[in-house]
Amino acid sequence: MTSAMPAVAAPKIGARNVSKHYPTVDGVMVALEDFSLDVTEGEFVCIVGPSGCGKSTFLRMVAGLESISQGAISIRPGADAAKPLNSVVFQEYAIFPWKTLADNVAFGLQMRGIGRKERLDTARFWLDRVGLSRFADYYPHQISGGMKQRVSIVRALANDPEVLLMDEPLGALDAQTRVVIQEELLRIWEETRKTVLYITHSLDEAVLLGDRVILMSAQPGRHLATFKIDLPRPRSIATTNLPAFAEYRAAIWEKLSAEVTRAMEARP
Amino acid sequence: MTITSANEIADGQGREPALRDSAVGNDKRDLVLLVAGGLAAHALLALLGLWRDFAWPAIGLSFILLVLIGERAGRLVPVRGRGIYERTLAFGFPALVLLTWQLAGDYGLLNTTWFPQPSRIAAGLWDLTVRYDRFSGTSLLGRPWLIPEVYAADGMAGVWKLLSESHLLATVGRVLGGFILGAVPGVLLGVVMGMNQTVRLMLDTTLSAIYVLPKIAIFPIVMLMFADPFGEAPKIVVVALAVFILMAINTMAGVRGIDKVYLMAGRNYGARGWSMLRHVILPGAMPVIFAGLRIALGTAMIVIISVEFVRAKQGVGYITFYYWEVLNPEKMYAGLVVVMALGVLLTYGLQWLQRRLMPWQR
Repeated sequence: MTSAMPAVAAPKIGARNVSKHYPTVDGVMVALEDFSLDVTEGEFVCIVGPSGCGKSTFLRMVAGLESISQGAISIRPGADAAKPLNSVVFQEYAIFPWKTLADNVAFGLQMRGIGRKERLDTARFWLDRVGLSRFADYYPHQISGGMKQRVSIVRALANDPEVLLMDEPLGALDAQTRVVIQEELLRIWEETRKTVLYITHSLDEAVLLGDRVILMSAQPGRHLATFKIDLPRPRSIATTNLPAFAEYRAAIWEKLSAEVTRAMEARP
Repeated sequence: MTITSANEIADGQGREPALRDSAVGNDKRDLVLLVAGGLAAHALLALLGLWRDFAWPAIGLSFILLVLIGERAGRLVPVRGRGIYERTLAFGFPALVLLTWQLAGDYGLLNTTWFPQPSRIAAGLWDLTVRYDRFSGTSLLGRPWLIPEVYAADGMAGVWKLLSESHLLATVGRVLGGFILGAVPGVLLGVVMGMNQTVRLMLDTTLSAIYVLPKIAIFPIVMLMFADPFGEAPKIVVVALAVFILMAINTMAGVRGIDKVYLMAGRNYGARGWSMLRHVILPGAMPVIFAGLRIALGTAMIVIISVEFVRAKQGVGYITFYYWEVLNPEKMYAGLVVVMALGVLLTYGLQWLQRRLMPWQR
């Protein structure tokens, strides 16, 4: 149960009044404005918003892949200083086509100078958890999209980061594969209890996975509302049949639909 | 496919189940008609005594007929015979061209002084292979059959001396030397230009300007840069220069073409500097780099043959031009054959390297 987590601890991810501006020919474009967020250790937080709300930009700023125009973001290091602070799961999978699945999963460990045998053992262990150990020596072009995203997810998990940052990881998958990987994600998360920041545009996904759902407005991206999801854990696809699930989804959709309409009308 | 549907309209109305059979039947009928028609046309010309006057148009039209025949024959080939059919076309056609050339020469349709038949070129090539030119102290291959004898007498030094008389090895040495000397720094500069916008903006225009310059035109300047302008160094350097520019431009395009998300993933998982280059940038740009190397190889061959035309006492380009000057076209063509064979060989070498370095592509 998430309620077992004391709320007094310093946040694992702390974002204070974060803004992102881009200079363009027509002036400054504000992608994200005055956005604050605290994520406690072991919490699964989902960010939902209409496309172009800057949610992916925010995640990349947390990951250090994008500069911050204003404000500050910090990730609190854990006891083990050798552990990486964050690992990203990208929507486009971003597993290297030129490496075998095992080498892809072992990539983070290799970059940290961990020996070949040890890192490949870890890679095999994680590939086995998602049923891909048979394909360890395959190259990405030989496997399906769903399998690629599994590899991308276990690449992040094998790296054992302080926080896991997931940028619409299931966005490019078909509906059935999505459901299967959602279940796998729930199972693995129950076992590891990592701190997760999860970007999605699917309400169902956000309510199913998250302890908290953050709703963002479109252009400029701002904090709109926060919903605490008190659905029992461990969850599974069956959770979506609970009456409470439907209530959460309806409540969030009410807020979001107004925002989506506004965003669509604002566009030329 | 369109032919099938056309048949359907023409004679297949209401007989749809039989459609496939009738298409095959049509192909067979067309095949017979085309072969018979072609032969009849040639026979008619021969009977009228006009064949010799219209030989070249007749041969040209025959090749068009051959395409139509080959197309129909291809549709009749069963799937498992497909490989044989494709190889027959790929190797049969050049063989047929050579045969036509041979016969045209034999029957006086070609001026064999300037266009000697393939058989005479082959004889010239054989003569060139076994002959040792006492005057210049050179041979085509370096007389490898003498190696055991020379090795017994003088050891490795003797073998080296023997091989250094070879025209072919001289050219291969210059091409490979220049190729490696140009490709390695070219790829490195290309990576820097791909990753660093400042360097790219500073160099892009300059490189584009030098790229279009014929390298043979700057050969005199390159010669001046060396103590021995007639030695090997300027020849190798001018090849290297051509390869360098091409590889820098190509690699830059390859690096810029890498999906940004791979660079982000590399960075997020801790790749920096050398490890980024080794694990993300080089493999990401590799397909474009190899496409560039293939073109660079062709350019290197062009440059070295031209250089050997104008300023060399040894090399395949030198003998080609030499036998043109002494009016021995058979051997001039033989030189060109050697150049082509060398090009094919080096391309295979490059493909082998590509398979080794890019195992994920197959």
